[in-house]
Parts: sequence; C-alpha cells; structure tokens
Amino acid sequence: MNNALSKKKMDSATIITAAIVLCFYVAVFIAEQFIAPTSMLFTVLKKGATYALVAVSMNLLNGFTGIFSLGQAGFMLIGAYVYGIFTIPVASRLDVYQYYNGGLVQFVLPWFVAMLLAGLVAAFFAFLIGMPVLRLKSDYLAIASLGFAEIIRAVMQWDKLGPITNGSNMLRLFPAFNDFNIKNADGQVTVYLSTLVPLLIAGLCIFVIILLINSTFGRALKAIRDDEIAAEAMGIRLASHKRLAFCISSFFAGVGGAMLAMYQTTVQAKGFTTAMTYEILLIVVIGGIGSVTGSCISSFLFVAASEWWLRFLDQKQMIGDFEVPLLRNGFRLVVFSIIIMVVVLFFRKGIMGTRELPDLIRGIGRKNKRPTNGRTEGVRSEGLAARNPRPTNSEDAGRNNKGAAAK
Amino acid sequence: MWNTIFPYLLTGISVGGQYALIAIGYTMVYGILRLINFAHGDVFMVAGIVMVYMAASGMPLWLCIPLVLIVTALVGFLIERVAYKPLRSAPRMSAMISAIGVSYTLQNLVLYITGGLNQLYPTIPWISDSVTLFGATTKMVTLVTPVLTILLVVGLVLLINHTKIGMAMRAVSRDFETSQLMGIKINSVISMTFVIGTFLAGVASILYFTNYTTVIQTSGAMPGLKAFVAAVFGGIGSIPGAVVGAFIIGIAENIIKGLDIILFKLGVIASPIGLATFSDAFTFALLIVILAVKPTGLFGEKTTDKV
Repeated sequence: MNNALSKKKMDSATIITAAIVLCFYVAVFIAEQFIAPTSMLFTVLKKGATYALVAVSMNLLNGFTGIFSLGQAGFMLIGAYVYGIFTIPVASRLDVYQYYNGGLVQFVLPWFVAMLLAGLVAAFFAFLIGMPVLRLKSDYLAIASLGFAEIIRAVMQWDKLGPITNGSNMLRLFPAFNDFNIKNADGQVTVYLSTLVPLLIAGLCIFVIILLINSTFGRALKAIRDDEIAAEAMGIRLASHKRLAFCISSFFAGVGGAMLAMYQTTVQAKGFTTAMTYEILLIVVIGGIGSVTGSCISSFLFVAASEWWLRFLDQKQMIGDFEVPLLRNGFRLVVFSIIIMVVVLFFRKGIMGTRELPDLIRGIGRKNKRPTNGRTEGVRSEGLAARNPRPTNSEDAGRNNKGAAAK
Repeated sequence: MWNTIFPYLLTGISVGGQYALIAIGYTMVYGILRLINFAHGDVFMVAGIVMVYMAASGMPLWLCIPLVLIVTALVGFLIERVAYKPLRSAPRMSAMISAIGVSYTLQNLVLYITGGLNQLYPTIPWISDSVTLFGATTKMVTLVTPVLTILLVVGLVLLINHTKIGMAMRAVSRDFETSQLMGIKINSVISMTFVIGTFLAGVASILYFTNYTTVIQTSGAMPGLKAFVAAVFGGIGSIPGAVVGAFIIGIAENIIKGLDIILFKLGVIASPIGLATFSDAFTFALLIVILAVKPTGLFGEKTTDKV
C-alpha cells in the first residue's frame, strides 16, 4: 500500500468533511436566531441529534464489533433516569416525588456532570450485564440483552425504589433543551441555543466514537467482527475487547438517554420499550451497518419523516373535490414500515453501506479527475480497494456462519 | 395455604399452555432456519384482531374459528415468502433484522386498522363459562387449554415422527445443505413449518384472548417474547422442551404475580412489597441464567463449533 499517498488524500477529504460539519453548525445557529422556535425543523434537529448519538453507539456494537445487542433502550433508560434524578431542582422535588416525601436525593448536580454520570452509570451496568451476556453467540446474545433491558425497566418501576426513581410515576421539571437559551433579565430570550447545544453534544460524542473506531482498538474490533477466531489467533483478547466495546457503547447510549430526557422534558420507564430499540436498530440498518455517517443521516431522515414530512398522511387530504382514500390516523406509520421493509429486503447496504463521508468526497474527487488524467489507474484501484473492502468479507463471514450453523 | 396458591397455579398452567403453543412456532422455525422469528408474537396478535373483525361482521362463531386459523396460517406463509425467503443466502443477521421489520410493520398495520384502541374479543360460548374447581372460580378455558395443548403437541410429534413431511423437517433441521442435495424441497418444508407454527399460534390466540378479553397492537409482544424464552429454556429446536419450558414459565410468572398475597397470608411479610412488578422480569432473568449455565436448554442437543 502506498501509505503516504493515501494519508495525503485522507487529509484533504477530512478537511472538507470538517468544513461541511462546521457549515452545518453555523447554518443551524443562524437559522435558530431567525426562524420561529416552534418550527418543526428544530424538533427534528433536536430529536435527530439524540437518535443519531444512540444509533452511532449501537452501530459501534452491531456494525463495528459484530455484537448484535438489543439492550440499547435499557441503557438509555438508565441514562435518562440518572440525569433526571440528579438534576431536578431541590425546590421542585416535593412536587415531583409527591408520593415519596420529596425522595432521598436532596442535592443537584450541574447538567453536564449529571449527563456524564448518566453515561458512567449506564457503562457500569453494561459491565455487570456483559459478564454473562457477552459469552453468548449472535442471536442468543441479542435476546439476552433484550431481556436485560426489560429487567431494568421492571426494576425502575418497582415501588420500593420509589424514593430514588419515583416508582412508576414520571420524573419531570429537570433542565431541558430550552434552558440552553440565553435569557436577559426580563426572561426574554436573547440568543437561541436550544438546538445548537444538543447538536454539539451529540457531535462531540460521535467525534469521540469516530476517533475510537480509527484507533488500534477500533481496528481490533473490526477484526473481531470479520472473523473472531482469526482475530483471536492474531493476539486480540476477545473478552476484554468485547467488554470494553459494550461498556463504551452503553456509555454513549446513557448520554443519549439523558439527551432524550431533555428533549421530552419528562421521563417514565414505561416509554423505554423494546420497540424503541427496534426503532434504533432500523435506523442503523437504513443508514448502513458499519457507517457512522449513515447512522447520522438516517436518524435525521427517520425523525424528519416520522415527525414531519409524512404527517400529511395522517390527515384527510383533498385534491380538488376528490378525497384521497386510506389517509387517516396511523397511515403514516404503515407507509413508513413498508419503506423500511423495502430497505431491509432490497437495499441491504442501506444509504451508505460501510462508507463514510470522506470516502464519498474522495469518490467525487476521483470522478472529476478521471477524464483528464490517464495515469490515475493505480490510485483508482487503491481507492476502490479502500472504499469497498468489507462487503465481500462480511458476506464471506455470513456464509461461513451459515455453513457452521448448518453443520 | 393451598387455597391461596391454587388459583395462581391454575392460571399459570393455563397461560403456560398458551405459551407452549406459541413457543412451538419459535422452536420449529429456529430449528430449521436458525432464525428468531420476532414477528411470531405479532402473528399471534393479528390472529386476535382477525377474530375481532370477523365476529363483528356478523359471521357465526363456529365458522369464525376455523377461518381465523386458516387466515393466520396464511399470514405466516406469506410472511415467510415475502420477508425471509429472499434473504435465505444472506448473513443470518439480515433475516433477524427483517423479522424485526415485519414485527414493526404488523404492529403499525394493526394500529392503522384499529385506530390504536383496545378491541373487545368476542365471547366464545362454553369456554368462556365460569366453573368452580376445588373452591377456585375460573373460566372453562383455563381447564381446556392444557388438555388441548397436550393433544395438539402429541399430534404434532406424531406428524414429525411418522410422516414424510415430518421426516423432511427433521432432515432439514439436521443439515440444511445436505438435505437439499438429497432432493428435499426446502421451500415447501420451510413453508409447512411456518404454516404449522402460525396455526398453533392462532389456536393460542383464541385461548389467550378469551381469558384477557381485549386485543391491541402491542398485545403480542410480551407473550411472544415469553414463549421464545420458553423455547430457549426447553432447548431450542426441541418441541417437548418448548412445552415443558412454557408450562414452567407460565406457572412461575403467575405465582410471582400473587407472591405478595401468598407471602402475606403465610405471615412472611407484614405488608405488600410490590413483587408483582417482577413477573415479566423473572422470565428474562431465568433466560439469562439458563443461557449462562446451560446454553442448550433442558432438552437441547449439544452442538460443537467448527472452525
């Protein structure tokens, strides 16, 4: 491999990617100052940022490590509860914990400390849960992690834990996204930040995950995904790598849970069902299993489609005098699930496959060069190899798996 | 003491029988395709909804029941053809994701049709009647379920052990590729598996919803998951294992639901401590213990990994 060349190319593509991301943030900041804060755009961006973080954290396990875990909702639940419990103002506690005399916790942490704690507690639980669960194989692991999420949900609703978790009642009145807006003395908002800050938090976390994926550790994870036995033979310790990946993924799922709590302004254990995990899994699949960019794009698309663009399907629509048939409450979700099934069945690689944004930019750069320059042959074949190394591998792995299963 | 526990035990046996009928669908599909059919619980729910709508259309019940079973089996057949067959040579996880997608689709479809409201299940005469047994009042369905379950399972075992299609099923579950080489029509065997599995889920839905009386789009998820746990508990791929596992889970779950009252009457605890919250969690805890200690379940065959 021509290392120097590929490194140089990566640099320019990375810079362009960074510029795109920066432009996005600036655009959001400007839009927020001028467009009414009630616009659906901001709802989508806030919820999308939350889902993007959780989807990327799930992708880290499912796409990059090959651990098919379905426990994401459980870890989000822990994160959301830890955040809520430690940030409800002391003055409001009697209101919130009305059946438990104001609850046990009588102090408040700053929101970012609580958020960090949310991640850490989720990671700690992941460590405990990982001990039995990570020893299992593919689908058994999926069902066991799903089971743990259900257990966590039941424990959180237990009456006896009420002084801490408020039992099955909801937690509320903790700082939410709207509290990020800067207000003047009269309580009027001077600078709107309620969309930018969640996007920044999610962006920072995803950036850390990307760094991790591109590190030695990340390469070890990819090796485990492609072939466990070969990876072990190369000296990668499976147990510790899997455990660490599981904990890191859960950490970010916990932070994502805290963000979801801020988005919803209330938290109730009842809402964190397996359906939520399924939704996140479908986001990952639509974006492309093994692509961080794909997960981000598809979570914004998913949220925008389900909350905004497809809303019209839920209401009666008239074209002239003609009333469009079938349109009524719930039709949006039917259309939506059919789209998802089409993606799952016919576009199995999703939006991005295993590519990232810099890969795309590199692809465009190559296309522009090709007609004028005849001597790009070497670069092109290398680029193709770099762009498309995995699909063949993973399909092989799939076939091997199937073979092993059949035997 | 006995009078306190007996009603819970009775309900447990009944629910266990219903789980068993669902679990057979899971265990057969897993045995042949190595696929956790996440949509199976939702097919069970769809059977309930179909019954509600058929009865509402004024059809006599004696006609509804067989029709519901046929429609359910047809739904199972179609799901396999549309969602799983195209993915047969794809990695295993793709089929599982597809199953999750089907589950999501079925739930949303039912949400759209019903408007997300609880649907009242029609009252089926005789099995909805109240009976009193050893001082415990219950519905007839509670007594019918275990008997019917055992009968159906015996029938199924006979089918698998003594007919040609049963032999083909056993061959396919032993070795997918070799059985193909031996001239077994894989597709018809797999379709047959889905038809049998969903037919039994249809029977289970009639029994289950006669007991619980309302159907909503999410009412298939929990019984489905529990039945799957039962299948794993008994050793996935083994039909008697699934049945035994389902009865154990059904009974344990219902005893835990009543544990507060039982312990209170026994004088162990002074006031209720809300243990009923854990009736679902217990099932999953059991699953994890089983997977950690004996991953092949009670009756499962031991498999070795080949490199």
